[in-house]
Amino acid sequence: MNEVSPAVLCVRDLHGWYGDSHVLHSVSFDVRPGQLVTLLGRNGAGKSTTLKAMMGLLDKRRGSILFRGKETIAAQANQIARQGLAYCPEDRGIFATLSVEENLRLPPKLREGGMGIDAIYRLFPNLKDRCKSGGTKLSGGEQQMLAIARILRTGADTLLLDEPTEGLAPVIVKQIGAVIRELKTLGYTILLVEQNIKFAAKVADQHYVLENGRVVEHIPHAAKADEVRAIANYLHA
Amino acid sequence: MHNILDTLYNLPIDAFMGQLMLGLINGAFYAMLSLGLALIFGMLNIVNFVHGAQYMLGAMMAWILLQTLGINYWASLLLAPLIVGAFGLLLERFVLRRVYALDPAYGLLLTFGIALLLEGSFRQKLGSSGQPYAIPAELRGGWDLGFMYMPTYRAWVLVASITICFAVWYVFERTRLGSYLRAATEKPQLVRAFGIDVSKMINLTYGLGVALAAVAGVLAAPIYQVSPLMGSNIIIVVFAVVVIGGLGSMSGAIVSGFLVGFVEGLTKVFYPAASSTVVFVLMACVLLVKPAGLFGRRA
Ligand SMILES: Nc1ncnc2c1ncn2[C@@H]1O[C@H](COP(=O)(O)OP(=O)(O)OP(=O)(O)O)[C@@H](O)[C@H]1O
Ligand SMILES: [Mg+2]
Repeated sequence: MNEVSPAVLCVRDLHGWYGDSHVLHSVSFDVRPGQLVTLLGRNGAGKSTTLKAMMGLLDKRRGSILFRGKETIAAQANQIARQGLAYCPEDRGIFATLSVEENLRLPPKLREGGMGIDAIYRLFPNLKDRCKSGGTKLSGGEQQMLAIARILRTGADTLLLDEPTEGLAPVIVKQIGAVIRELKTLGYTILLVEQNIKFAAKVADQHYVLENGRVVEHIPHAAKADEVRAIANYLHA
Repeated sequence: MHNILDTLYNLPIDAFMGQLMLGLINGAFYAMLSLGLALIFGMLNIVNFVHGAQYMLGAMMAWILLQTLGINYWASLLLAPLIVGAFGLLLERFVLRRVYALDPAYGLLLTFGIALLLEGSFRQKLGSSGQPYAIPAELRGGWDLGFMYMPTYRAWVLVASITICFAVWYVFERTRLGSYLRAATEKPQLVRAFGIDVSKMINLTYGLGVALAAVAGVLAAPIYQVSPLMGSNIIIVVFAVVVIGGLGSMSGAIVSGFLVGFVEGLTKVFYPAASSTVVFVLMACVLLVKPAGLFGRRA
């Protein structure tokens, strides 16, 4: 692991609120270029909230989020996206009033280097056959594919993925795992929220464990079997 | 058909067709106004009670431009919506934006208050009687269609409003810009997270909806005269139209606009006393059978 290369994402002492409710209490972690880092934790630990805070979607946040060295804590969601950070929400965020193709083409091209439509259809062949149907007419697995596919067109090279395997059949989870590994070899930097530790351990370089809006554990070498087992026990305790 | 009508209602066919035509013309205005309301409601989540006053402003602007600067109908058809639309942009940017986070009742009361303010000011200046606005020379006269007499200006209003409604519908449902609008109506936050400036889109949508009301106002000026209260008379019916069509549905707003006009026309023929209440009866019936409206996606 290259410890000297500067982090793409450097989160320090991040606090976040929904209205008056203080949910994130000092979250800090780093994501280095080309790495896949997971945020693990039980239900309600603050994983999704951390991604929302990074994307500028919370009512109120404080602390520091450096994206490629630039401070984004005060920026608005659309400005943050334009710097090359892309977000795939936990509920998948597929638009019912848009066709599959319209969903796919919705996020505008922000910079060069995004995947072309053909490359995307090669990675997700199901979507091509269904391109004229309504976005929410797809199966859960297909909607998840669509949610990932549509942020690959924009040229963003850093992806925030919120529980892409949640509620999906094992065979679909496998497909999504293959896609995520493919994205890694293509050079994407990925911050992945997961509860499925078996899945996370296969794709990740590092893990951070959240609890009550704080980072309680950092596992820098994700492949170590005994540590993974310890986390698995913790998550399902 | 001719004989039945003649004998049963002792009503000449041309008078019957004339009433239906009047109904359709009213329907054209209902459609344009409810379309703007639906567009605004979808994006801003605000019931734009000032819509009727903005329709009045369109007509009033055309009248003022003619009186003070001698600007003719055709130029006003372009200028008045631009001016009133620009007023809409400022209103959204500096006033309406402040209440989005609050309960929807605030938006309703705020726009209602602005409507009263606008109508009151014009009534103060001009009195509440209508000012005539002449039909432009190119559109005077009419055609005898055999079964009825068709005034050219009315035909123009029908064609213009159908074209405008279709254009707005097409942009919203079939273009890339429209897909942004539909997406931002559904999940504005997520659309922001894709790098799109939703606040600007909301601003422009409001401006467009207001300009649409103003175009309707200019088209209406030669038919209904120009008066400060012309908007408050029509807007109540338009709200019923929106409910019948289904809140937030573009095609619903258009179809139910013409439908309500048509039904009102029919009622004027067969039972004139009910012609101004039939729309509310229709609304009640639709709500009983389909609470989300004829084209509503869900309740
Ligand atoms: N919109 C909201 N308004 C208020 N509180 C919220 C909201 N969303 C989440 N919370 C609270 O914030 C805390 C963190 O929630 P978050 O969604 O970040 O958890 P999570 O780690 O993603 O959980 P899960 O694994 O269930 O998705 C929880 O206590 C939750 O109840
Ligand atoms: Mg979550």
